Amino acid sequence: MTRTIRLALLANTFMAGAAAAQDVTLTVESWRNDDLQIWQETIIPAFEAANPGIKINFAPTAPAEYNAVLNSKLDAGSAGDLITCRPFDASLELFNKGQLADLTDLESMANFSDVAKSAWQTDDGSATFCVPMASVIHGFLYNKSAFEELGLEPPATVDEFYAVLDKIKEDGTYIPMAMGTPDQWEAATMGYQNIGPTYWKGEEGRKALIDGSQKLTDEGWVEPFRQLAKWKDYLGDGFEAQTYPDSQNLFTLGRAAIYPAGSWEIGVFEPQIAGAFEMGAFAPPVVAEGDTCYISDHTDIGIGLNAASPNADAARTFLEWVGSDEFASLYANALPGFFSLNSNPVEMENAVAQEFVSWRENCEPTIRSTYQILSRGTPNLENETWNASANVINGTETPEAAAERLQEGLASWYEPQQN
Amino acid sequence: MAQRKGFRWHIVVFLAPAVLVYTAIMIIPLIGTLNLSLFGRGEGGRVFVGLANFSTLFGDPRWSAAFWNALANNAWFFLVHMLVQNPVGVMLAALLSSSRLRMAAFYRTAIFIPTILSFVIVGFVWKLILSPIWGIAPNMLDAVGLKSLFAPWLGREGTALTTLALVSVWQFVGIPMMLIYAALLSIPDEVIEAAEMDGVTGWSQFWKIKLPLILPSIGIISVLTFVGNFNAFDLIYVSQGALAGPNFATDLLGTFLYRTFFGFQLQLGDPHMGATIATAMFGIILVGVCIYLFAIQTRLRRYQF
Amino acid sequence: MSSARHSLPRSIAAHGILITYTLIALFPVFVIVINSFKSRQAIFREPLALPTRETFDLIGFQTVLAQGDFFQYFQNSMIVTVASLFFVLLFGAMAAFALSEYRFRGNSLMGLYLALGIMIPIRLGTVAILQLMVATGLVNTLTALVLVYTAQGLPLAIFILSEFMRNVSDDLKNAGRIDGLSEYRIFFRLVLPLVRPAMATVAVFTMIPIWNDLWFPLILAPSEPTKTITLGSQVFIGQFVTNWNAVLAALSLAIVPVMVLYLIFSRQLIRGITAGAVK
Repeated sequence: MTRTIRLALLANTFMAGAAAAQDVTLTVESWRNDDLQIWQETIIPAFEAANPGIKINFAPTAPAEYNAVLNSKLDAGSAGDLITCRPFDASLELFNKGQLADLTDLESMANFSDVAKSAWQTDDGSATFCVPMASVIHGFLYNKSAFEELGLEPPATVDEFYAVLDKIKEDGTYIPMAMGTPDQWEAATMGYQNIGPTYWKGEEGRKALIDGSQKLTDEGWVEPFRQLAKWKDYLGDGFEAQTYPDSQNLFTLGRAAIYPAGSWEIGVFEPQIAGAFEMGAFAPPVVAEGDTCYISDHTDIGIGLNAASPNADAARTFLEWVGSDEFASLYANALPGFFSLNSNPVEMENAVAQEFVSWRENCEPTIRSTYQILSRGTPNLENETWNASANVINGTETPEAAAERLQEGLASWYEPQQN
Repeated sequence: MAQRKGFRWHIVVFLAPAVLVYTAIMIIPLIGTLNLSLFGRGEGGRVFVGLANFSTLFGDPRWSAAFWNALANNAWFFLVHMLVQNPVGVMLAALLSSSRLRMAAFYRTAIFIPTILSFVIVGFVWKLILSPIWGIAPNMLDAVGLKSLFAPWLGREGTALTTLALVSVWQFVGIPMMLIYAALLSIPDEVIEAAEMDGVTGWSQFWKIKLPLILPSIGIISVLTFVGNFNAFDLIYVSQGALAGPNFATDLLGTFLYRTFFGFQLQLGDPHMGATIATAMFGIILVGVCIYLFAIQTRLRRYQF
Repeated sequence: MSSARHSLPRSIAAHGILITYTLIALFPVFVIVINSFKSRQAIFREPLALPTRETFDLIGFQTVLAQGDFFQYFQNSMIVTVASLFFVLLFGAMAAFALSEYRFRGNSLMGLYLALGIMIPIRLGTVAILQLMVATGLVNTLTALVLVYTAQGLPLAIFILSEFMRNVSDDLKNAGRIDGLSEYRIFFRLVLPLVRPAMATVAVFTMIPIWNDLWFPLILAPSEPTKTITLGSQVFIGQFVTNWNAVLAALSLAIVPVMVLYLIFSRQLIRGITAGAVK
């Protein structure tokens, strides 16, 4: 009996398929539920207009559950055709398990530099499995109107940075800096990874850590923690229980003057501020005037092909389009703060986004230090860094002790760090 | 009953639907998962490693520190429930069941409402109320002149776990209340009347007559609390995230398991170690439940009415 | 005769305690609901104030309702919850009766076996369950959810119900047997009515986690026509969401249906409890 039912179901699907004149629907798995509207209103119509016969269904999951949900679906075989890729190991693991298809031969891969592709390649660089979509840059957002009111200029050096914070604190109208520690990742991502590259000299330090010639207890890696420890005095009352949305709201409601940020906040903040004040941005301050500046320009999001997808051809067509200049321009403008990784420069209209991207011209870009290779083992360096950054700001662990603990954890499984 | 000799088909009929659904959808998948704890990742896939994962969990200083931390937190979480939730639940039920109380239906309905809310709502609203930023709790304390008592409780290592345990008590106190209430109502009037004849009334009636009669219900509630607490996960997850901050002060076995099994951020999910933790948790809970089933439940006097 | 013994102070104390606790229980819900009707600035300025003419704002509800067909989501949640509840109660009560009524070999073991499910989170079996649903073609159907929730609810239902069924008088059942009633009739006609309070309690316990579950809808039935209301409002109430108007509106929308359900159910619950008590 079940067989009859299954046959009937099959016939049904078949007929439905035939009726729709071989329309293929591709489902996109993503963690960007914030972008649902942009996909539905801008990106998908643009693609479908150019490619009749292919329909796109954007099906996002909340970011916190994305990895768990995606992996379960891939293991069981019910995942969508297109997979939004986390950078580095999370996606590499899927590729190694044969769940993501090899996209090295995609024509549009030529539009991306090796650096852009590095987040979605095998360690030897021989295979690329996701099309790079965007990177995010760290820096500080500030309330321009408040700065004008208090007669402040955006700081360029570390000393100026603290001078500005001191003045805001003294004045008392605004909370100097909006950040909390309970969510931990703010402290690590918007704190440590934001100001850190200046001290460990960007790529130089990051690569030295990977090849074992530097340790996390070296000066360049401990100093960012010392800086974070100083931030404590400039955060709002009760920052130990101030969540990420609390921080965002404090800033957008005009109650805090400076917000340690990732560029993705631009698109979130502007509609919420709704013209109540003007927002500006400044790059992570350098130690002394004239020093080279370093910024975290982190490859954050790509898109790949589910190796088990029955619609691989249509999906490849879509991926080619994602690699095109047209997509780059659509995406970067629809989502200010997500910067295209395409080698051909994209015109952006958003002023704050332009400010962020302008730092690429004279600063050395790097990616987050913990993402490549170093978070492959247990304990996981990235998660440990979250915890350590929050502890250091809370004052429950000294910068030196935190650095030592991280080094010990890393050396416990990572061979190049063991001698 | 004894006179029936042949095969008692009705037992099979009564048991079959539940056993079939339960076995197919729950037990088989779970056995498959727990089985993973005996395997590890090796060259070209899964290899049998015996109990090696368990020796990692209990032998490796990092793993075992995380495990014992979660277990200790869990024990405290359970203790708070036993000391606060269940006594409060019994007290509320006792007050409600006094037959002359007006508005009992209203109280009962209202007090049970937190129990029907989802964890997302509970986590969100208590974070909002206790937030040092938006001022609900600080202002209320201020109004009674106790502002100095306020602290960002959820953000401090010393207070976060207790605060969350109390939030959980707030959410679930309706369950012991309802179960005890049902048990109190099922005490026959004759028993109560006989007690009143003997002049046993009020609290002494509660302690001497009613409490012994509802002991089996209190037993169930305790074991349900135990099982629920040692499986607890959602409240911590929605309010403190999978890393159970600050500094793992609110890490329970459930969050430790989730983080390990499904992974978190850059930490990839490790089904083998995850299953190992799950098996250890299962063992702890099984021991607890067996103590209840075979040592306590059989000794409790049961009364049939 | 009884009122004389109930002194006024004692009754005032009882009401005092109950009112205090009621306030504690309802306060957070009150905070969510009043704030969902206020403008963003007003939420943060005075979170405890009622919405006034200046601060009244429905923007949150507009955002949420524009996002999806909430009526459809609500219907899906209803179908899943009611169907799962029905199977859990029926199958659970049958199994509990078998365990508490008959002595047979392996009774305790069977009891323990059926209780195993409350000791391991079913979430751990996700991948195998999903594989099963893929193999049987049940992905993105409400049936998949009903099956999982039935399996998930059974252990607790059996555990509680068998405890209550042990309290049902043997004399009554034996009288039924002497009258020639079959075991099935004894169960449905004599025992079930007597354990109604317990059934109602179990129903409430079973219903809550099903209604509020996010995980299985996300994994097993995430498609638009099968979304549940919890999954539908999840977009707004994740951990990292800033739009508090939408968050609060979504939370209010998620609270109201389950609250109405509970209020309806609670009348049944009380009727069940009193019916059980009056013998």
